[in-house]
Amino acid sequence: MQKLKKIVSHHLFLPVFALAFLLIFNAIMSPGFFTIQIQNGQLFGRVIDILNRASILVVLALGMTFVIATGGTDISQGSVIAISGAVCCSLIGGAGDGTTQVPMLLACVVAVLVCAVCGVWNGFLVSKLKIQPMVATLILLTAGRGIAMLITKGQNITVYYKPFTYIGNSIPGSPLPTTIYIAAAMVLLVVLIQKKTSVGLFVQSVGINAEAAHRTGLNVTAIIFMVYVFSGICAGIAGLMEASMIVAADPNNAGYNMEMDAILSVALGGTLLSGGKYYIGGSIIGAITIQTLTTTLYALGISSEQLPVYKALVVILICLIQSDKFKKMAAAHHAKKVVKQV
Amino acid sequence: MKNLKNKIIGSKHFSFGVTAVLFIALYAVGMMNYRGFLKPQVFCNLFIDNAALIIATIGITFVLLIGGIDISIGSVVALTCMTSAQLLANTSIPAFAVILIVLLIGVLFGLVQGWLITEFDMQPFIVTLAGQFFARGLTAIISRDTIDITNETYTAIASARLYIMPKAFISVGVVVALVTLAAATFVLKYTRFGRNIYALGGSENSAGLMGLPTKRTKIATYTVAGFCSALAGVVYSWIMLSGYPLHAIGMEMDAIASSVIGGTLMSGGVAFLPGTLLGVLIQGIIQTFITFQGTLSAWWTRIIIALLLCVFIVMQTVINRSRQRINASKT
Repeated sequence: MQKLKKIVSHHLFLPVFALAFLLIFNAIMSPGFFTIQIQNGQLFGRVIDILNRASILVVLALGMTFVIATGGTDISQGSVIAISGAVCCSLIGGAGDGTTQVPMLLACVVAVLVCAVCGVWNGFLVSKLKIQPMVATLILLTAGRGIAMLITKGQNITVYYKPFTYIGNSIPGSPLPTTIYIAAAMVLLVVLIQKKTSVGLFVQSVGINAEAAHRTGLNVTAIIFMVYVFSGICAGIAGLMEASMIVAADPNNAGYNMEMDAILSVALGGTLLSGGKYYIGGSIIGAITIQTLTTTLYALGISSEQLPVYKALVVILICLIQSDKFKKMAAAHHAKKVVKQV
Repeated sequence: MKNLKNKIIGSKHFSFGVTAVLFIALYAVGMMNYRGFLKPQVFCNLFIDNAALIIATIGITFVLLIGGIDISIGSVVALTCMTSAQLLANTSIPAFAVILIVLLIGVLFGLVQGWLITEFDMQPFIVTLAGQFFARGLTAIISRDTIDITNETYTAIASARLYIMPKAFISVGVVVALVTLAAATFVLKYTRFGRNIYALGGSENSAGLMGLPTKRTKIATYTVAGFCSALAGVVYSWIMLSGYPLHAIGMEMDAIASSVIGGTLMSGGVAFLPGTLLGVLIQGIIQTFITFQGTLSAWWTRIIIALLLCVFIVMQTVINRSRQRINASKT
């Protein structure tokens, strides 16, 4: 009994349970769900598809986790994704003969740098001017798609340069889609930084009590600034993957509402939205769970416009379970049961 | 001299003053550059085009006053339009009953959101985000295609022209918006509920210690926001005469922007409703500019609004700091 309680109260229990539930549901509903085929040395299957799409969300959620850990939010991520795609695609150009104006690597680096600048802007507003995170990032949320359109001159740029498709799909000869490698690399980077430096601890202490962190000698401004820059970079990388998947820059729709999914992943992963202790592992599983949920609902024949209803129910359910009052109610219920047994 | 400066910056209505000056300046620039701005009808059109946004902004201002947020507005507007369209097209419920029903749905929506936020101490952002998802999805479940509203009462209201001057008219929606504005201003200024809201926004803790009913006030505030969203939806349906799942996407962000430009402090406790009206009208002017200009593309509207938003937010931060300094030097 004690052991069971320990497992249930573990921070990873909820996301893992939700993911397992979804996977079992899928396994029963669609028999071919777990089959993976090999064609030309590449792996194909529903699970691979989910991981491919989820990789974008994982990268976004990484950035979002740190921002939320400091007690903030970054609602501009979706718009920054659009900017990233717009910059990269307009640099490569939409030449029909499949050539590129500038080397693709350079275009990608510039796109991510521009997004880092977006992060600098957010970070400046939040850390230096002490504007509430939601309001500060609202500015870029409003302007971002406009800026992206400005860059693409209001058009969707379709890229015909072949290597550009490699980012969002697979490089010929590789068994897995590139997105999974990118996401894995990002996760590895974050884990390494966490292990080798105390940045993670600093971020947490800022989220728990910024004033106390300041008193102990931490440079709170710099830490908050950095998490927003990192969030911008993550959104930039996610934007490249998204643009490569559709092989185009779509200022209006690229990354639309993605920030909401990212926040949802982080919340599902057990990180409290009020900041403080954060769980990178939880966010990653959370992101995969959200993507699995989306794919499952699509497979059930639910249209993309109707999808939000179910997502909303999931959000409310998660928050209810996480809330203190609900925990107290559950504990009281449990206590009553014990008394009855005695 | 310095005293005067401190007095001006320290004044409660400084933000409102800046907004008013900006509005007049923008209009004057418009009149100098485009002859169209001289027509009284262009001024009335600012109201006609933005009637729904004015009501939505009133709703969000209530919520911002207590330091909360409601990002479900645009979706509730869409849900309202769709429900009205569906009920009018496929049932024989009379138009006024339909309006009552959708307003009730809005109230219920706000009530549930407020209850979840207050009773379970959930973050308003997440709850209303879920509300946004839910309402938008529900709209699509009712119908994924456009449903036109052909009801006679609705079309009559939509095409009604109320002349306030020989050559200038307003719509029924504008009347509804202005009446709502007047009522909301009255409630905030002269009723116990309104004062509780201001107290709650100043400091929830202090308000609670003073014995004010913080929980009830909070739930009521979100209910008011839900009602305003639904009312905005009704007015929006008179303009659009249809229900469509993608109606009013992002309206909540426009409403928040208008409210902030109009002098509302996002941290709560400070707002002046006539100022928020100007916030909406400034957005309207920028749109009119871009329409008259002709060569500028639509996305400039968003960039300029974001810029304005930015300027106002930074200005508020600076004002707040100097106000604190003034207060500190007083004591």
